[in-house]
Amino acid sequence: MCYILSYTLDGEGAMAGDGSVIEVRGLRMRYGTNDVLRGIDFRAERGEVVALLGPNGAGKTTTIEILEGFRMRSAGDVRVLGVDPAKGDEAWRARLGIVLQSWRDHGKWQVREMLMHQASYYAPYHRTWDVDELIEVVGLTEHALKKINRLSGGQRRRLDVACGIVGRPELLFLDEPTVGFDPAVRREFHELVHRLSDEDTTILLTTHDLAEAEKLADRIMILSGGTVIADGSADQLSLQMATESEVKWTVHGQRFVHATTEATKFVHDLFKQYGDDVEDLEVRRGSLEDTYMAMVMRFETNQLEVAR
Amino acid sequence: MSTFATTARIGVRRGLIELKQSLRSYTDLAGMLFPSAILLVVMLFMRGSTIGTTGFSLGAATLPSSIGMSVAFGGLMALAQSMAVEREDGTLLRAKATPNGMQAYLISKVFSVSVGSVIGLLLLLVPGAFLFDGLALGSVGSWLLLALVLLIGLVATMPLGAVIGAMFKNPRYANLMTLPMMGMVGISGIFFPLSEAARWLQDLAQVFPIYWLGLGMRHALLPDSLKVVEIGGSWRPVEMVLVLTAWAVAGLILAPVVLRRMARRESGSNMERLREKAMKRVT
Repeated sequence: MCYILSYTLDGEGAMAGDGSVIEVRGLRMRYGTNDVLRGIDFRAERGEVVALLGPNGAGKTTTIEILEGFRMRSAGDVRVLGVDPAKGDEAWRARLGIVLQSWRDHGKWQVREMLMHQASYYAPYHRTWDVDELIEVVGLTEHALKKINRLSGGQRRRLDVACGIVGRPELLFLDEPTVGFDPAVRREFHELVHRLSDEDTTILLTTHDLAEAEKLADRIMILSGGTVIADGSADQLSLQMATESEVKWTVHGQRFVHATTEATKFVHDLFKQYGDDVEDLEVRRGSLEDTYMAMVMRFETNQLEVAR
Repeated sequence: MSTFATTARIGVRRGLIELKQSLRSYTDLAGMLFPSAILLVVMLFMRGSTIGTTGFSLGAATLPSSIGMSVAFGGLMALAQSMAVEREDGTLLRAKATPNGMQAYLISKVFSVSVGSVIGLLLLLVPGAFLFDGLALGSVGSWLLLALVLLIGLVATMPLGAVIGAMFKNPRYANLMTLPMMGMVGISGIFFPLSEAARWLQDLAQVFPIYWLGLGMRHALLPDSLKVVEIGGSWRPVEMVLVLTAWAVAGLILAPVVLRRMARRESGSNMERLREKAMKRVT
């Protein structure tokens, strides 16, 4: 039964060369009459961390699954590591890392046993992580000989991450990576992501945690209604939206708060009026969350108007 | 770079790891021993009766038939059930996300089901040899035929088991397959000679692999004189090989198609749906 799934011998897996790690042009996905993706364009370069944000149903998961080669697209041009994911062979797959939202698979396996086994699939293709080092990096050393079904949710999640990176992928997909992490573990995880990206791993992650996206990602893409409505660094996005900043100050011990889209001008006027009496000045730029909400809302309003 | 041999080695290692885990788990061990124990007890009760005019113990004659049945059960049900379960829990998705993972997974299943069948066979045959007289265990021919029937039985049933496992998304439905299997066992001449049954029942039973696996095992392990009890008064080895080969060919044609379709559909969001369904079941 060994030939049941077609076997590709030593596929050369077409080198990416200096091209982008991910190249997507005009990606469309349609289920029946429902357009889930309506023409998406983006690129990701080597070592870049890209966060995919968007409301539920925006098409994040569909996009990632197409890039992973798990789902056939309806139209568009997609290259992942220089290869069309719909035709990616096993050598191509060996260059990808996918962190799955696992549940209870391999429950009887020991942590170390599992990672040794996973590593053995990648070993014929290239150098893998040293399993004990990896276990230490994800903070599971004292659980290395535990059965997987005895791990806590957070520990299990860290094992998922370890399984995803054990083959030293050039491109890593992280779908909601830190759900259920406590703050300390989350911080360690963020350090791991930085470390991987320093080693030139390209990372595409989805998250609902905007603070996390801001901290981890070089670039943030916001997906809504099946299109990319914004693409840039967190700073670029907030400049683009000119969201309201919050200005706080005191005059003669009395505290004032004012929201404005033109904070610089407002502060200038403030000093012109009160001079040295202005104390405890604080200007807080709109957070990524504000920017995100504003963008999604503006997009949805436009959609409604178009519908009318 | 990878070759098929590398993947096969990984698959067998995977099978060995899981076998080691089973041998350390009381539930798995009980699951292995229990069916053999029940069958042996049933045979002991049947020891007093004899088959037709031969004077041969019905208990002893049931032993090879049960071995044939357990090979069929292993190939069809054990494979189908574990595939349905591991599809739901994400094992298959992880295999798909790993280079050569699906192949290694299937190789590991072939390995563990084969080893499981040999263990099941020994658990029946070794105690049976002490409990019953008259089994033809002395000749090399018996053992060769036993090995042949075992091999061809596994090749005939495992691809079908994989197809069944790939068809059912819900492990519970895969478990429901046990019922028609039991029905098939009931009509397949395992616990009584099929030649005593109605003609239409005989015809029906001879379509399915279980009857032929039982017949092949009886041919291997019973004295030659007992063939008079069989349909047509013969072991019909040629027909046995032909029918089982036909099932093997059908399974091997069907399985790759069904398994590819199943593998294609495996994805994170699909998994999530199965998982949510399973959660609802638990509560």
